[in-house]
Amino acid sequence: MRHFEQELDLLKGKLLEMSALVENAVYRSVQGVVEKNEELARQVLKNEGRINQLEIEIDDMAISLLALQAPFAADLRLVTAAIKINNDLERMGDLSVSIAESALALLEEPVIRPLIDIPHIAGLAQSMVRKALDAFVNRDPEMARSVLASDDAVDNMRTASYHELISFMEKNPQQISQALYLLSVVRNLERVADHATNIAEDVLFLVKGIDVRHHNEERTTAVQS
Amino acid sequence: MATPQRQQILSEPVTPIPDTAESAKMTASSKLNARNLNFYYGSFQALHGIGIDISSNKITAFIGPSGCGKSTFLRTMNRMNEALRNTRVEGDLRLDGEDLFSMDVTDVRRRVGMVFQKSNPFPKTIFDNVAYGLRVNGIHKKSIVDDAVERSLQHAALWAEVKDKLQKPASALSGGQQQRLCIARALAVEPEVLLLDEPCSALDPIATLKIEELLFQIKDITTIVIVTHNMQQAARLADYTGFFLMGKLIEFDDTKKIFQNPARKETEDYVTGRFG
Repeated sequence: MRHFEQELDLLKGKLLEMSALVENAVYRSVQGVVEKNEELARQVLKNEGRINQLEIEIDDMAISLLALQAPFAADLRLVTAAIKINNDLERMGDLSVSIAESALALLEEPVIRPLIDIPHIAGLAQSMVRKALDAFVNRDPEMARSVLASDDAVDNMRTASYHELISFMEKNPQQISQALYLLSVVRNLERVADHATNIAEDVLFLVKGIDVRHHNEERTTAVQS
Repeated sequence: MATPQRQQILSEPVTPIPDTAESAKMTASSKLNARNLNFYYGSFQALHGIGIDISSNKITAFIGPSGCGKSTFLRTMNRMNEALRNTRVEGDLRLDGEDLFSMDVTDVRRRVGMVFQKSNPFPKTIFDNVAYGLRVNGIHKKSIVDDAVERSLQHAALWAEVKDKLQKPASALSGGQQQRLCIARALAVEPEVLLLDEPCSALDPIATLKIEELLFQIKDITTIVIVTHNMQQAARLADYTGFFLMGKLIEFDDTKKIFQNPARKETEDYVTGRFG
């Protein structure tokens, strides 16, 4: 194997380590909220440093590869996709921290699960994260496309949750502070799903060399092309 | 702030931005067209069925491993290969629609200039090197020759460096200057096409940059075809890039496409260095 290919493998390895950490952080922060699991929420805060460190290392490696190896074609797409995926992963890590902080704040509050659908939206966002990262690992455009298809569903669930939370606040003004934490959790989950969507788009660019961002009509046909 | 100007911009209908590469392809007329072109050195077939349209006033680069036929094809375009014995060409090659092989060869070489890998100034003064082609073509009037020499040296980005020593021997120039002198000499007869075979392979990065810049500058006045082993150079310079392998033109497309997302696996393997 050429020196350059070894370096590319190293870059992929770091990105995979980062994806695993971020996938875990999303899962644990959600469990923190849904199951009121303090231990898992605290682990998210603990691991944030490692994610941030990896972000710097991955950017540094990718920029070095661009500067020193001047990659072309699939190699070029891998390095540029790595930079973008890296950025999305780090943001997902930050959002997990916000969700975990909400989880800790909500520990003492009574559960209002019947009112809102957080477990549902969390489940879908998590599955998008997992699929986007699996699509990246396995270079699977079909799976990447399935992530794009879920993005609208998450947006709709967020809107529905907003309405539920607003009417909950109107009826229970003494519990506004709890409702605001839940609102923030919903918003952050929707953002996590957006970043998963970005990663899926980057995977399509990486594998197929096509850009499906902001072109909804092309998203569904992207894989057939 | 909602200034009237901003309001106007906001109310303007959004028009789609045309894909520049696509529209360039559609509007650019082609200068040279090859169809089913074969070339043989004795019994060895060096080119297999080459078909290509080379666009006017664009830079077209040919890349590929040694012996892939890119230089052979370049030399075919100004009939340089005819000087070699025991060679044979088949197929169709047209310059502005005219059959290149039935044209007067001197005429072909005036219209299609060539610059080689190794600079080859004549053992004459700087001025006489550039004026040579004009004089061969019967142009001797001093004012015309003077003007043409200055214009060519300016196009070749050499004028400022040599204007005070035009009567010095060309051999006194540096390697990079000598190569630019050869480009000036080629430009003096106002060729419609300029062929360059590895023009920078013996030059340092600064001299290379100067040649690349001058090629950018002169593509308004001539069509440029360059053979290069340096893929970065093709990527930097060319509007279109062709990949040759074993005498065949494997892929020819926008340079951006060739280096970002080539259609053929052979091209992908070559540009990513996984070849062979």
